[in-house]
Amino acid sequence: MKPETLLYPTPKGLYCEKGGFYIDPVQPVERALITHGHADHARAGHSHVLATRETLDIMRIRYGDAFCVSFEEAVLGARTSIGDVTASFHPAGHVLGSAQIAVEANGTRIVVSGDYKRRRDPTCSAFEPVPCDVFITEATFGLPVFHHPDDRGEIAKLLTSLRQFPERAHLIGAYALGKAQRIIALLREAGYDQPIFIHGALARLCEYYEERGIGLGDIRPATLDVEDKQSFAGAVVIGPPAAFADKWARRFPDPVAIFASGWMLVRQRAKQRGVELPMIISDHCDWTELTETIREINPAQVWVTHGREEALVRWCELEGIAARPLHLVGYDDEGE
Amino acid sequence: MRAFAELLDRLVLTPQRNAKIKLMADYFRNAPDPDRGYALAAIAGTLTLKAVKPNVLRQLVLERMDEVLFRYSYDYVGDLAETISLVWERQSGGETAQQDLSLGAVMHELEMAGRANVHGLVRNLLDQLEGSSRFAFLKLITGGLRIGVSARLVKQALADMGNVDITEIEILWHGLSPPYTALFRWLDGKSDKPKLDMPAVFHAVMLATPVADNDLATLDPKDFAAEWKWDGIRVQLANLAGTRRLYSRSGDDISGAFPDILEAADFEGIIDGELLVGGTMRTNRATRTFSDLQQRLNRKTVTRKMLEEYPAFIRGYDLLFSGRRDIRPESFLARRAELSALIEKAAPSHFDLSPLVPFSSWEELDRLRADPPDPVIEGIMLKRLDSPYTAGRSKGPWFKWKREPYNVDAVLMYAQRGHGKRSSYYSDFTFGVWTQSDGKDVLVPVGKAYFGFTDAELEVLDRYVRNNTVERFGPVRAIRAEPDHGFVVEVAFEGINFSTRHKSGVAMRFPRISRLRTDKLPRDADRLETLLAMIGQPGADMEEIREPI
Repeated sequence: MKPETLLYPTPKGLYCEKGGFYIDPVQPVERALITHGHADHARAGHSHVLATRETLDIMRIRYGDAFCVSFEEAVLGARTSIGDVTASFHPAGHVLGSAQIAVEANGTRIVVSGDYKRRRDPTCSAFEPVPCDVFITEATFGLPVFHHPDDRGEIAKLLTSLRQFPERAHLIGAYALGKAQRIIALLREAGYDQPIFIHGALARLCEYYEERGIGLGDIRPATLDVEDKQSFAGAVVIGPPAAFADKWARRFPDPVAIFASGWMLVRQRAKQRGVELPMIISDHCDWTELTETIREINPAQVWVTHGREEALVRWCELEGIAARPLHLVGYDDEGE
Repeated sequence: MRAFAELLDRLVLTPQRNAKIKLMADYFRNAPDPDRGYALAAIAGTLTLKAVKPNVLRQLVLERMDEVLFRYSYDYVGDLAETISLVWERQSGGETAQQDLSLGAVMHELEMAGRANVHGLVRNLLDQLEGSSRFAFLKLITGGLRIGVSARLVKQALADMGNVDITEIEILWHGLSPPYTALFRWLDGKSDKPKLDMPAVFHAVMLATPVADNDLATLDPKDFAAEWKWDGIRVQLANLAGTRRLYSRSGDDISGAFPDILEAADFEGIIDGELLVGGTMRTNRATRTFSDLQQRLNRKTVTRKMLEEYPAFIRGYDLLFSGRRDIRPESFLARRAELSALIEKAAPSHFDLSPLVPFSSWEELDRLRADPPDPVIEGIMLKRLDSPYTAGRSKGPWFKWKREPYNVDAVLMYAQRGHGKRSSYYSDFTFGVWTQSDGKDVLVPVGKAYFGFTDAELEVLDRYVRNNTVERFGPVRAIRAEPDHGFVVEVAFEGINFSTRHKSGVAMRFPRISRLRTDKLPRDADRLETLLAMIGQPGADMEEIREPI
């Protein structure tokens, strides 16, 4: 069948009419398949949700037990029939529990990658390429400028700064799901064994990572009442980026403002946000990884969604690969 | 190259002075020669490289990249050197020498290269460097580091590194050249201080403290000389042992922009004075405003037309060296006598003497201050007759007594978070006044201020911004500002002038928030007409680039 009729964009999200479900819908729907737990992909209020165990757990942590009416766990690699369609989940390497979703009917297979990356990440399983007719790729960093450096080098920058400025608290802005835990895990791998202080918004998710066997070492709340703000001197403090613009940040001595994100590659971006030490660590593919993934999967068509669609579509054109932008709305392409 | 590139990346984003010094000092301690010397030269602006034209870089990148993809990338990043450093792909199959090419090696290759093979050389070096290093390299060869570090600051880092006084660095500075190997050997403690014949070097200037409320009551007018405070930029002119240099107040060498003054300086010695444009008193022509002086500032070279239309001169305040003799320990009166004699013989078109203002009481001086005889005067300087010339700002020997600043009541319109210690506070404010537009009263922004208030007042302002945000544009918040709901502040400023770059048509000089007017409603704030009427009053001019003295 024609892929355009198997899956197509609607205001509520990507819709599969034959199976009667949406993938990562942005409004409440009857039946939703969810790629991963980030808030712009996993929303509360659907009737039925199919997702990996971790994604379901994360939704429960974020939205409470009533995050949906009923749910079903998708086992990675297993095929599920929904109406006349078969769906299967495959690791995406983005955050804990993240999956690509393959949708198949009458010999046509579309893979919705969700958000994905190709780098090693100690906190989640690695991306698996799935052969398909149409590959729907994200393009968050879909510009040739984006080349994420080795994350060990970025961690080393932080460790150097801790040595140079032992009197200052090092405040890292990192998204609460995935990025924060990855930073902690990378710091531990680099041999940093001091306590790491976290904002309250991270506590439950960090605990969950620990429950799933991802060791984060000595984690302590940074929200506790301390009389002496000097006790955070030289400490690593991690919180959601918004918290650093907040009064919360005032409790720390002469803080070094750090932000861990792929956007930090562009100096002006860092400057605008008042970031003093940018850490270029991303949970998305950079340009090389996006283009190499497309070459590797070698689909008949590429559909490009959230991010800088035009550049990746242009690249596909130059390579002789059929491609078009999907123009899905509701996803936060800055969300990194 | 990598260590230098990392240093630049950190310096650009580090707002605090002390942190910048530490980053530089640490780099100088750890980097090898001659890399650190070239890095020092690049930061201090003493590196002389033939600049590579942006067009050459554009051609190079388009050899390997689709033009459409390049345009998307450039549009996104906004800076040519940064875009190229990010999109550069090494030739596939080519040698990808991933070892870190040293800054010294890069400099060597650039110096050896002839004009003809610039293309090939730059391409080759871009291939051998990785991300951040490519950026640093491109910034070096296009001649624009712009990292917010003055020559003085990098010298302070050298002083910290070698645990010596910054004046020792200043004295040596202009007798040395890149890659400064002898300087670093000395700072490392591995050799004696480099010896110079006679340095035409910058000597840290003497600064005044502002007159505070009760200062004058305890002082005797007889102990002081008064002098007008002219509204140009403070400079130091040195001519020693055949070397002539003009320095800004912070020690930056600005000789290149003022060949007229250097040529006319045929006397030996070091003068402290005000750089102005227009005519000297000795030629009976008027001194021109700071806006005119601005035409001559921040240039590397200057055209003949510029020299004719904006002739520069120095109004002498003080003499540090008379010939080769250091007279700084002598009294103000003694130094001034020597200065007067020196200027008497100097070219009348380029040098005059700042006149003393006779007075017998502070009250009399206050009246003179309120009504100065020349619009290019911004206040009065008081100097103890017996004061030696000492570097820096210590309270007592010199005072500055400025004209009263202007005041308007304005309404807060936008706010942005501050830097460093203030990064969690909304502390940078755009404020506006009322004007008519299409028959309605609207607020038009007239300036920005980020200081003047106390810490306690900042808490109040910050809370107001957070509770009254109506819109966000990236890091900027628009604040509720309606006739009956909004925040009024009193803004004090030093001067005002017409500006084509601002929507309101006016630009304030040195504005700060002097009081919070929580007692006032926005409808009671001032109107643009009031500001326009201030223009043209004596002393009402503008300045954007000068540091406050």
